[in-house]
Amino acid sequence: MARATAVVATPADGPLTRLLGAAARQRELSLVVILVAMIGLVALQAPQILSSDNLTDVSVLAAVIAVAAIGEAMVVITRNVDLSVEATMGLVAFAVAGVLSNGILPIPLAMLFGVGLGLVLGMANGVIVAVFHVPSIVATLGTLSIYRGIDFLIAGGKQVTATQLPAGYTAIARATVLGIPVFVLVAVAIAVGFAAILRMTTFGRSVYAVGSNPEGAAILGIRAGMVTFVVFSICGLLGGIAGVMWGILFGTINATSATGVTLQVIAAVVVGGVNIFGGSGTVIGAALGALFLTFIGNALILVRLSQFWLQALYGLVILIAVALDAVLVRQFQRSVSGRRAP
Amino acid sequence: MTGVGGLLGRLARWEVLLAVFLVVLIAIGAAVSPVFLSGRNFANLIAAVIEVAIMSLPMALIIIAGEIDLSVESMVGLAAAILGALYSAGVPLPVAIVAVMIVGGLGGLLNGVLVTRVGLPSLVVTLGTLALYRGLALVVLESRGVSNFPSWFTGFGFGTVPGLPIPWPFTIYLVLAVVLGIVLHRTWIGRQLYAMGKNQSAARFSGIRVARVKLRLFVLSGVVAALAGVILVARMSSARADVGSGLTLVVITIVLLGGVDIFGGRGTIPGVVLAFFTLAVMGNVLRLTNVSSDIQSIAVGLLLIVSVVIPTLARRVKSAIDRAQGNRNRPTPTVGGPSEVVAS
Amino acid sequence: MVIPIEPAAAQAAGTATGTVPPALAIIGISKQFGATQALTDVGLELRAGEIRALVGENGAGKSTLAKILAGIHQPDSGTLALAGVPTVLRNPTDARAHGIAVVHQEPQLFPDLSVAENVFIGHVPAGQFRTVDWGAMRDGADALFEQLDVPLNGRALVRGLSMADQQLIEIARSLTFEASVLILDEPTASLSAHEVARLFSIVRRLRDRGVAILFVSHRLDEVFELCDQATVLRDGRLVASAPTSELTTADLIRHMVGRAVTLFPRVESPIGDVLLEVSGLSRSGAFEDVSFSVRAGEIVGFAGLVGAGRTEVARVLFGIDQRDAGVVRLGDRDEVFASPSAAMAAGVAYLPEDRHLDGLVLDFSIAHNVTLPILPRLFPRLFVRESTERSVGDGYATRLDVRMTGVDQPASALSGGNQQKVVLAKWLATEPRILILDEPTRGIDIGAKVEVHRIISELAASGLGIILISSDLPEVLAMSDRIIVLHEGRITAEIARADATEESVMYAATAQGGPDPVVTDG
Repeated sequence: MARATAVVATPADGPLTRLLGAAARQRELSLVVILVAMIGLVALQAPQILSSDNLTDVSVLAAVIAVAAIGEAMVVITRNVDLSVEATMGLVAFAVAGVLSNGILPIPLAMLFGVGLGLVLGMANGVIVAVFHVPSIVATLGTLSIYRGIDFLIAGGKQVTATQLPAGYTAIARATVLGIPVFVLVAVAIAVGFAAILRMTTFGRSVYAVGSNPEGAAILGIRAGMVTFVVFSICGLLGGIAGVMWGILFGTINATSATGVTLQVIAAVVVGGVNIFGGSGTVIGAALGALFLTFIGNALILVRLSQFWLQALYGLVILIAVALDAVLVRQFQRSVSGRRAP
Repeated sequence: MTGVGGLLGRLARWEVLLAVFLVVLIAIGAAVSPVFLSGRNFANLIAAVIEVAIMSLPMALIIIAGEIDLSVESMVGLAAAILGALYSAGVPLPVAIVAVMIVGGLGGLLNGVLVTRVGLPSLVVTLGTLALYRGLALVVLESRGVSNFPSWFTGFGFGTVPGLPIPWPFTIYLVLAVVLGIVLHRTWIGRQLYAMGKNQSAARFSGIRVARVKLRLFVLSGVVAALAGVILVARMSSARADVGSGLTLVVITIVLLGGVDIFGGRGTIPGVVLAFFTLAVMGNVLRLTNVSSDIQSIAVGLLLIVSVVIPTLARRVKSAIDRAQGNRNRPTPTVGGPSEVVAS
Repeated sequence: MVIPIEPAAAQAAGTATGTVPPALAIIGISKQFGATQALTDVGLELRAGEIRALVGENGAGKSTLAKILAGIHQPDSGTLALAGVPTVLRNPTDARAHGIAVVHQEPQLFPDLSVAENVFIGHVPAGQFRTVDWGAMRDGADALFEQLDVPLNGRALVRGLSMADQQLIEIARSLTFEASVLILDEPTASLSAHEVARLFSIVRRLRDRGVAILFVSHRLDEVFELCDQATVLRDGRLVASAPTSELTTADLIRHMVGRAVTLFPRVESPIGDVLLEVSGLSRSGAFEDVSFSVRAGEIVGFAGLVGAGRTEVARVLFGIDQRDAGVVRLGDRDEVFASPSAAMAAGVAYLPEDRHLDGLVLDFSIAHNVTLPILPRLFPRLFVRESTERSVGDGYATRLDVRMTGVDQPASALSGGNQQKVVLAKWLATEPRILILDEPTRGIDIGAKVEVHRIISELAASGLGIILISSDLPEVLAMSDRIIVLHEGRITAEIARADATEESVMYAATAQGGPDPVVTDG
């Protein structure tokens, strides 16, 4: 890549270092390569991984996680974290299902209500972090508890089953346009849209600036608090969309729905190459990370490994991704520090 | 920490506020329910949350030292799964318990090695092992449940010390709290932990073996989490791989509610103990008053956020007062740092 | 001669010559932080096409003034006038909108963004819908770098660039808008001689284009080399203002400290046996084949440019980094220091370069800072006794004359010079045989500097072997018995005290055939 040659290309670099360096900088590409290789290997043993039914199932589930991961990625880029995303998804999924099963709102309005609810929950996170200066890990640990509590409170131990919902609602999960599932189109549109916003707008660049150097951003007149608030709001909005999608996909919803999804979402973000300490990473990477993790789960089932291994494998993938990042960064810095000031 | 604001500062200490809040809760409990002050109720209220209480102590040390361990809840599950698997395979229970504690130590060691030797952030490492250890638990015991534990074991889980309304596991908590409290507040090991949490680099330059100390903290955390898993199995009289889910959240909530700074370097064991009692009593009062237990999760979340907001606001109000009075305190840090204003 | 100061307000109010109002007039500015009066009734003016030095000790109010001009702080009273128009700078954006650019002491950059973005941050060329015009931004950055005659690539990431390049980005940033006033806040603190020379030529070019420049520094030789006018602040008040041609270094120092001082009181001391013998020490990427010895009672100066490998050698000697080759002999034992605690146990102490980052736990009291490295030795039975700590802390703090209200005072409440004394006290408490001092007087005021020199001198006299790493050339020359010069990780000269001159050291530090030896440190 041209943008990094000025600092990386020193005579000390071996071809391997250069290759690894390029891989680190092109996380999206390497993820795609690894993903394709993995699917290829699995297909040798279990060709049904390539069946259109299977690809649809996997991509639809991945789309839900990816939408949430895109919001999370933006939060992480600003040096924050949102642990409440699973509670947002669960609460939104249940609220929408509740509204629909009671016939209070028509389907489109109910979905809009769910997304709006997500936005409100995200804005609440944003206010706590940006206005009251509560560290985001504490704030969202708190709201995780609060949002889930509200979920339990309104659910009161009941659940909404798919049969109580309008048929048109749950059918969206299987709907396709030109053979591509609507969920996938939604996720791709969101990923491309936010990638463009991050790359091409002044707001997007200030998201990176705030994560890269918060004090400097303040001195240079970037309103870090406002950026943080907006990013949490977006994360809530996307959490709302993901929650609606979750409700459509699973049909049966209770107060514990989506429990543990935060782990998958953050895993997707980390695997997708977003620096957990902020400042760098892309939403496309996070979306691909979600796809990658979902495919791993799928492959596990297809090669008849016990599904119980899935959780352990997630853990390993997170550890490997972070360790790899750390090693690459260290090599990169060593090659840079070898260069002396003239 | 050293008496800056005199009386105001001391009154505003978080532990004091917590204690006041706890007394209020107890008063409410006594007012609304005749059984609240009974010994039996006390034993129940403690037993319901004893595992998180035990795990909150090493977690406090880890957070004070500037790290975090999210994997403890999965270690509880892994401990339960291995205990169940070994016991059902005919291994004598005491041997199985020792084996489980060793596994806990090894799990903590893995966390510690990845953080201190490989140099990865503990937040992500333990997020990874949170998934990994739960996964291993599921692999070991799958969806089976193991019960039929001997009565001496289950008796330890839900029995009380003869003549006292104190559940047996609570004695472990007390011993651990006293020992770790002394280590943190009375020995130089504690001082080193605070130094590491406040300025890791300066601690290292002062000859403190930061990596080694942190490694040991993670091992301690793993062993204690495994112990909590054993207690949970004894208390439930059954071992399953999915036990303990969601406990990390409660553990960290107790620690932060106890006044420990999430960024390290500040907090006390008495504060964490008070926070545990506050949560336990609050849950008990809500249950006795037949308020939906769902409220508790909301109340806990609110408390957690408020516990950070109040000291921040108090500090802001105090510095505003200081500024108005123009007394001899340090200036509040402003953008760009106060380096120029420290006149000699 | 120095002009004695009339009341500041009257001076700045525009009795000045000519009809063109000054680019920037500061009129009677005061600023208070808590109990500290940072600035009192300060007035000065800055004309287009002139470079004015703003000098003063740490704590004199230089940076506060710079931050007021940058819009970061607001003055409690007084006014600013830009080209004769009274102006209020509410925030940094406001300041920039009024054509004031500030190059901060620590470059405010974004390591994860590209160089071009860093140049334009805050007012990125944007099209419709606030979209970033990347092409315009890159072209703009390239044009600016061409103008400044620096070979920076606008597409490169800032992470990994040298401090000098980072500062150039800050300067380029100030050129992205029509800056009529440029404020440089101690820009040379971490630059090498060559980089300083490049910076100065750029600053002169900007002056010639009619920019009014305020150059904040406490390096007096730079003031005389670069500036047309000099203004001295002391304790937040303006104490002198005159053309540099009418001033001498002694005048400036007298105004800065308010009294005449003798620099560097070196006590001669008998030199004893070899304590430390280093041979063939290497660490890849840092330094190679470094050999030297230190005797008891001797101060060995380490000179060289920033990045020459001096700190890296010290880090290996203190067990922070590990060597790749070589032998370290301390007393009569070969030592391998696997950790700082091993080095400490063997009698090595290291006062690190960065006091705040590596030297102190700022929230800890003075006593707790002093005892931190010796806790295990002080309390072998684990239990800490506060009274013992206080008396140990008090003993060392008193010996080094730390100005404090008591040993319970947090280190953060002390001035830079006193903080440095606490760090020294902490290392003396370990009772070392070898004391490595890395830039011991950087960023502390002249009064405290003299005291630190006195202490170093006394420590050598008491039989310690001292390695003094310093970029302050006069300091190294005055304090050292021998000077070892490093260049790009190798020893290029070992010069005895009698033969050491600024020229001979700089010649070795820049190595034969290198760039012109521009002497910058003072």
